[in-house]
Order: sequence, then structure tokens, then C-alpha cells
Amino acid sequence: MADLSINLAGIKSPNPFWVASAPPSNTAYQCHRAFEAGWGGVVWKTIGEPIVNVSSRYSSLDLNGSRMVGLNNIELITDRAPETNFREIRECKDRWPDHAIIASLMTDTRENWHDYMKASADAGADGVELNFGCPHGMCERGMGSAVGQNPDVIETIVGWVMEVAEIPVIVKLTPNITSINHAARAASRAGANAISLINTINSITQVDLDRMCPEPYVAGQSTHGGYCGPAVKPIALNMVQECAADPEVLIPISGIGGISNWKDAAEFIALGSTSVQVCTAIMHYGFRIVEDMIEGLNDYLDGAGMKSVNELIGRAVQSVQRWETLDLNYKRIASIDYDTCIGCNLCYIACEDGAHQAIALVDPEAKGVGLGPGRLPGKPVPEIKEKECVGCNLCALVCPVDACITMIDVDNGKDRMSWSDYQAKVASGEMKPIPAHP
Amino acid sequence: MPITSLLDPDTAARNMAEIEPQYSPQEALVEAHRCLFCFDAPCIKACPTGIDIPGFIKKIASHNLTGSARTILSSNILGGSCARVCPTSVLCEGACVMLDRDEKPIKIGRLQRYATDHVFDNDLQVLHPPEQKSGKRVALIGGGPASLGCAAELALLGHDAVIFERKPEAGGLNTYGIAYYKLTPEMSLKEVELVKRLGVEIRTGVDVGTDITVAELEKEFDAIFLGVGLGHTYRLDIPGEDLPEVFEALAFIEDLHVNPLHEVAVGKRVAVIGCGNTAIDAVTQAKRLGAEHSVIIYRRGERDMPAYLYEYGLAKRDGAEFIFNAVPVEVLEKDGHVCGLKLARTKVDDNGKLQVIAGSEFELPFDMVIKALGQEKMTDMLKSIVPDVNLTRNGCIERDAATGQTNVPHIFAGGDGANGGSEVVNAVGEGKKAARGIHRLFTNEAIEGPIQWTRMGVVGDKPVGSGLDHPIRVDEHETAFI
Ligand SMILES: Cc1cc2nc3c(=O)[nH]c(=O)nc-3n(C[C@H](O)[C@H](O)[C@H](O)COP(=O)(O)OP(=O)(O)OC[C@H]3O[C@@H](n4cnc5c(N)ncnc54)[C@H](O)[C@@H]3O)c2cc1C
Ligand SMILES: Cc1cc2nc3c(=O)[nH]c(=O)nc-3n(C[C@H](O)[C@H](O)[C@H](O)COP(=O)(O)O)c2cc1C
Ligand code: SF4
Ligand code: SF4
Repeated sequence: MADLSINLAGIKSPNPFWVASAPPSNTAYQCHRAFEAGWGGVVWKTIGEPIVNVSSRYSSLDLNGSRMVGLNNIELITDRAPETNFREIRECKDRWPDHAIIASLMTDTRENWHDYMKASADAGADGVELNFGCPHGMCERGMGSAVGQNPDVIETIVGWVMEVAEIPVIVKLTPNITSINHAARAASRAGANAISLINTINSITQVDLDRMCPEPYVAGQSTHGGYCGPAVKPIALNMVQECAADPEVLIPISGIGGISNWKDAAEFIALGSTSVQVCTAIMHYGFRIVEDMIEGLNDYLDGAGMKSVNELIGRAVQSVQRWETLDLNYKRIASIDYDTCIGCNLCYIACEDGAHQAIALVDPEAKGVGLGPGRLPGKPVPEIKEKECVGCNLCALVCPVDACITMIDVDNGKDRMSWSDYQAKVASGEMKPIPAHP
Repeated sequence: MPITSLLDPDTAARNMAEIEPQYSPQEALVEAHRCLFCFDAPCIKACPTGIDIPGFIKKIASHNLTGSARTILSSNILGGSCARVCPTSVLCEGACVMLDRDEKPIKIGRLQRYATDHVFDNDLQVLHPPEQKSGKRVALIGGGPASLGCAAELALLGHDAVIFERKPEAGGLNTYGIAYYKLTPEMSLKEVELVKRLGVEIRTGVDVGTDITVAELEKEFDAIFLGVGLGHTYRLDIPGEDLPEVFEALAFIEDLHVNPLHEVAVGKRVAVIGCGNTAIDAVTQAKRLGAEHSVIIYRRGERDMPAYLYEYGLAKRDGAEFIFNAVPVEVLEKDGHVCGLKLARTKVDDNGKLQVIAGSEFELPFDMVIKALGQEKMTDMLKSIVPDVNLTRNGCIERDAATGQTNVPHIFAGGDGANGGSEVVNAVGEGKKAARGIHRLFTNEAIEGPIQWTRMGVVGDKPVGSGLDHPIRVDEHETAFI
């Protein structure tokens, strides 16, 4: 059994799985349930001046029969009074002393930030998370992503907060920004103890073509919502890695965005997260999902010979490098397993119309591979034109059969050469420019 | 004419191969993703061992196969064989919510097999008995699913369990009786091995009553579990019944479990008397072993047969034939061998009673007759080995359904011998409940559960719960077979 406990900038938690600041962390009742189910930490629903919400608040992207691949919401921060929230935090902390409870905060003036910081510490919170991410409603009032999109403002507000901080401060970043690094660096510069990302992404999931209005529908109108759920994972992973690799950030990261199971979580941790936070998957299935997360991560770490989750943190960060450092001489090509090919020929048309015209259609009997599953006499099968194949992966991605098309390494006898090496070699006259593709 | 074996080894092996092979990873993933991960899922309620079905399926979807198998095996130690032999259309799959929106139920049995195969194929140990032992010892009589389920749970609760089985191998009907194309004896023995690895001792070739008495066991053990199963097939009581080609269904089926398939003697024209699930197993296996005609003879009509529709469909696909509303009145003999059956037609009279129609006799040629009229209770044996234990009116061991306890406080019971004959999964569930009853006798501590993590964190209202306590059983849906 691997050790799953973590310490994120002084915030200790029995495991890296935290409930993100959102509806699942709205009340003490939910917090108790989350901890009973096994969650290691809860980031409380953002506390601030209580707001009023609209009715009809969520919409989703459903894909090919799968519900809620992406979730969009136009909800604001908590609609409960700060006293209520802080009282409940105290109550939860008393009952769960070894679990992490983090107060998420959003306010405006320096004085208000100071008040909320003090209230959080008094309530026994293990840390605070500054919500600089909410991309709807709150930003119109100069808060949320309106702060997170401006590194100078981030620096100023984090500075105010650090003046009085007695407990660790996490800054939650918005992805609605051109470069996440600038925001992360600003937080780090101002002395934040950690960052968390991503908050939701600006989105419109769908338009109702009869009413000519997007969902969620509010009396003939809608508004830009925040997007999250499985669909945002690639964007979140990218930003987490960018922050983890940035030498001007260098503070721990709590990874968020589309995490639904242990594997997603492990990927975030491998790219530099110390803890991970989950919202949409809980909103879909409930707190119970954490059991698989804990067990799956444990079994994975045991299988990989890692004694603690800390050994996994950031392990894959260095494998992501600038494009110019990639080896131009590395070559892989596609290879088709005719014993499993069902002859749908999607790879053919994908390559022919969508990529590099490197697949031919041939008669299976003439080719000598015989009739495999689903292949009728006279029905062609795909054949890779090895000389033309650039190794783009597209055919393997569209192939509906597992492991039917694999990408195999080709030893072309050439030494490693990056774009930068190449530029240098051409400049020094050591080699001629590679001729353009015909 | 005496009967012989009919097939060469390859054909026999091909015909008897598993009807539902292992899913490929992709098939399993697609099926697992179909599962809605219901809350308080009805499928759990319909599994007599209360496996957390959405839980284990979700773990397949998240590539946590080891965890998936752990979820299954911690509820049902014979989860591997149950995955293959459970009549899922009246159990878990019959309760799946998918049926309520007219879709195929999730293939729970096949997914369960996929996850548990991972453990067997990779020789993983996913359950660990506590290092601290209680020092209490339990003797289990019979080595079938009920005793295996009980012994595994006892081991996981820290007690010593010793199984006494009269046959050369443990496993009960899983090793000797289940249709070969569903479950091979090898698979059953792998599960026996799994139970042994939990620290359970199995003494085979020991007949309790003959080789050792219950009084002797009582000296060495603190409690006793009766997992004795059922006895012989009921007799026909008609002339010619003792001819050499008249078999008990169980004897024929056992024959093909202990001998190479291509050496099992089968008639060219086989009559199977009865139409329960055992009759179906006999008729199909006879057909698959080369019988030209394999015919069920049933005294009532098609709609009355006790076999599951799924099993009936299976036999029909195999080319088995059916004669309804007929009873055998004599096994016909030529030169000391079976040469046919004399049958009579039946009808149901106005009072609903079955009547043989006078003068309706007719003869059909057969060279083998298999009796599948149901199994007798072990009444005589029980009366002799545990005379103080109360039996029910129909000869089953009387016990408390929740704890398995009999009227003799340290004697517990479960499985076919107590429930009168049900499924493997019921036997495992009852064995498990008895283990908890025994644990309570030893420690006064009640074990609740199984705790489903899919219910964890839910306070207040009681879960609809698991099928371990009161399994629901559903009618077979037609949609289950399309
Ligand atoms: C032909 C047939 C097909 C079946 N098919 C299915 C199916 O497809 N799916 C399904 O779920 N169920 C099926 N069943 C039912 C299932 O096999 C039983 O419900 C299950 O095996 C009961 O388990 P058990 O442990 O109670 O009894 P058994 O499996 O009968 O085991 C009892 C064991 O106790 C031993 N024993 C008895 N007395 C003594 C003694 N005095 N000393 C030592 N050992 C003793 C016996 O040798 C035997 O091994 C089938 C049954 C039959 C007969
Ligand atoms: C309905 C809803 C309300 C949210 N409210 C907040 C909030 O009050 N404060 C906050 O920091 N993030 C809020 N979030 C963002 C989540 O905390 C999280 O960053 C985001 O949903 C991405 O994670 P996920 O893909 O696991 O959902 C909210 C998200 C949703 C869906
Ligand atoms: S009824 Fe059988 S197949 Fe279904 S979940 Fe229970 S053990 Fe598995
Ligand atoms: S009822 Fe069906 S869909 Fe729901 S959890 Fe069970 S198997 Fe999955």
C-alpha cells in the first residue's frame, strides 16, 4: 500500500483528492459526506458577499450518447452568508481534524480581503484559495476572472492577502487568458504559497434553434458560462504542465479540470500537481467516485514500485519540451494487423482526404492476408504505403479496433537532430537544407 | 446395444468449448461505459451476494481491473464461476434499469468474468486475511460453493476454517456438475485454490459420518457448517429403470467432468426425462457429445417447464428436441440393453391435476435414458450425522435465513441442503451469511454489509441495499435474449 498522504504548501491531506470549490462543497452536510466517502480535502464553495442566482444555470455538451462530456454553468459564488459558511467550516474542521478544509474567497477591497483572511483562520481552515477565476457574472463586478486576467491586479491583491496571511494561500487561476504563465508568475511573485488551476473556460455549449437562444435559458436570454468536465482535461493538463515547468513559478500546484477517475488524477500529478480537485464528476455521480480514485492510484503506485504519491509528482513534466528540441530524425510508421482489421477502411479515407495519401486499398486475397473478420471477397483492405507515411498517427486514431493499427518505430540509422541542431548545421554548411515535401 | 463414445478429441473439445468467451479489452470497455453507474442500483439488490455492481463496472471503465476484481471477490469469493453460471436474466441483469428503457441490460456476468479473469490470469492476490487470528476453529462439511463461501468469509474474519469433502476434489457441483460449456472443472479448481490461499484447509476424500463423526469434529472445532448440498436423482419407478444405459443426469454430467470428453459414452438416441435446468444441461451436453437425437420428455406443456427461457433457447439452438405432455411408463429392453421407451400421453384435468390418458401409449427407439427429475434431499444422511438438527417438512436443514444458525447453536447451514436447491450464487451468499452468524456466536459482534462504497457518505435513509439480505428475483424479460 503506497502512502497517499500529501502536504501542499503546509496543507496536509490524507490523500491528494479534494472536492473543488463548487456546488458539491456548498455546505457542512456535503463536506461530511465527502469525507465519509474518502475525500482528502474540501475547498469550500467560494465565500463572499452572498449573491443571488438565476434559475436555469447549467447546460452540457453530450457526445454520441455520452452525457455531460462537458458542463457549462452560469452560477455565481455562494448564496449563503459568510458567517454561516465560516461557522460550518469550524464545525467540519472539529469533526475532521486530519482532513484539509480550504476556504475559497472572493471579495474586492483590501480591507475586505483582510477580514475574510482573518475569518478563515479563525474558523480553523487549513488554507485559503483566492478565486481569481470565475468567468461569468463576478467578473462584471470586477472580481473573479477580471482579476485573474490581469497579472498586475493578481500581484496587488495577493500582496494584500499576504500581509495578514496566517495560513497557506492558494491562488486559483482562470484559463481565460492568453498565457497562464504570466498569471502564475504574478501569484508567485506576490508570495502566494501555491496555485490551483483551472477554473472554468468561457463557453456557449449549444443554441436552441427554435428559441434562437443558447442554454441555459433564462427568460429569453442566456449568458457566457464557465465550461468544465471531461472535455476540458487536455486544456487543464497543458496549463498545469506550463506552470510546473516554469522556473519563475516554483510553487506547488493543485490541478483541476475534467478529472473523473484515478487515471486522470495520476496524469495531473505526473505533470506537476500535488493535489487534484474535482467538481463535475461529483456533480454527475456523487462523492462515491473517490473510492475508485484512491484504490486505483494505490494499485498503480504499487505496480510502478512507488512507495508514495510524492514520487509521482511532476515525473512527466520534463518530457514536455519546446518543439524546436524534438528529434527531426525520429521516424515511426503505421502498421496494420490484418487478423483484426474489419475492413471499415476509415483509415484509408482519413489519410486520403485528411492527411498524406499514404494508404492504398488492395485486394486482401491478392495481398495474401486472406479474409479476416468482416471482410467479404472483393472488398478491399487498407495497405500502408510505407514510403509515403509520415507517422502522423491519424489512421491509428480513427481505427475502431483496439491495437489493429499500431505505430512502429523505424530505425533509419540517423542520429538525433533537433530543429535547432538543423538550423545550426545548415548555417555552418555541414548539411544542405532538407528539400521541401513534393 | 451398449453405448460408446462418439467423437474424436478435437471435435469433442470444440463442441464443449465455452459458449461465452472472455471479452476483449475493447468489448469490455464499451460495455462498461454503457453502465449508468446507478445509485442504489437495482442490480445489486438482485445479486444474492450483493456485489457492488456499478462499483466494479466503473472500475473496469477506469482501467482499475485489480480493484474491480477486489470489489467482486470481497462480496463473492466465487465471483469468477458465478460470472459464468449465474442465470443473470433472473438475477442482476434482469433488474438492470436499461430494460426499463427497452435496451439490452448491461452484460454484468461477462464484465464480472472479465475483471476476475484478470486476477486469475495474472495470479494476483487481492484479498488478505488478517494477521491476527481469533483462535476459533470451524469445520465445514461438504466442499461446495456454500462451504467455500463460508470458509472464505471466516478466514477473512480471522477464524480457522477446515473443509471436509468426500470427493477427490472440492468445489461441489462447480467441479462436477455445472454444464461444461459454461464452467470448466479447471476454473472451479482455480477458485478452490483461491480459497486455500486465504488460509482455508481442505481435506478431500473424507466422508463425514463414515471416516469421521460429527462428535469427533465437535471435540476439535468450535462450530460446524453444513454445506452438504443435495443427493441422488429421484427414481422413475418404472420397469427397466436399472438397465445399464439408464443414467442419473448428475452421474452422466460428472462422467464428462472427470473423464476426457472424447471418452464419454453417449447414446445415438438419447432421452432425457424432465425439463428443469439439469435436464437442459443433460440434453445439450449429450447433443454436443455427438448424439444424433437428444430429446427431452416432459410430462407437462412447454409453458410449464421449470427451466429458464435462456436455457431452453440454448438447448433449442443446439438442436435438442422436445416431447411435451408425455411420461415414460417403461424402459424397453433388448438383450439386456436399452432399446427404447414406452411413453403415455398426459393431460391436465379440470382440477388442474395431471392425468395419464389411458390407451395413449406409444413407443420410441432410444439407446440411452437420462433421468433428470430433481435431486433428493440428504434427509437420511443428515438424520444420521446430526440427529439433533431440525429438518423442515420437505427434508431441508432448518436454519435462520439471516445467520444460517440451526436449532443447535453451534451448527450452521447454507446452500442447496438448506434452501432445497437453488443457484451457486445463493449458496455462496448463504455461506457468507452463516460465516457472519458464526462470527457473531464467537465474538458477539454483528457484521453489517456488505458496505457498498457506492453508498458511502450517505447518511440517514437506509439504502435499498444489497441482495445479500433479501435478494429480489425478477421475471425473465424477453429482451434479455435478443
Ligand atoms: C446439473 C446441475 C446444473 C446446475 N447448473 C447451475 C448453473 O448453471 N448455475 C447455477 O447458478 N447453479 C447451477 N446449479 C445449482 C448449483 O450447482 C448448486 O446450487 C450449488 O452447487 C449448491 O452448492 P452447495 O455447496 O450447497 O452444494 P454442492 O455443490 O452440491 O456441494 C456439496 C458438497 O458436499 C459434499 N458432501 C455432502 N455430504 C458430505 C459428507 N457427509 N461428507 C463430506 N462431504 C459431503 C458433496 O460431495 C459436495 O461436494 C446446477 C445444479 C445441477 C445439479
Ligand atoms: C456549477 C459550478 C459552480 C462553480 N463554482 C465555483 C466557485 O464558486 N468557485 C470556484 O473557485 N470555482 C467554481 N467552479 C469551478 C470548479 O471549482 C472547477 O474549477 C471547474 O469546474 C473545473 O473542474 P471539473 O472539470 O472537475 O468540473 C464551479 C464550477 C461549476 C460547475
Ligand atoms: S447475480 Fe451472479 S453474475 Fe450477477 S452480479 Fe451476482 S454473482 Fe455476478
Ligand atoms: S442497473 Fe444496469 S445500468 Fe444501473 S448500475 Fe446496474 S448494471 Fe449499471
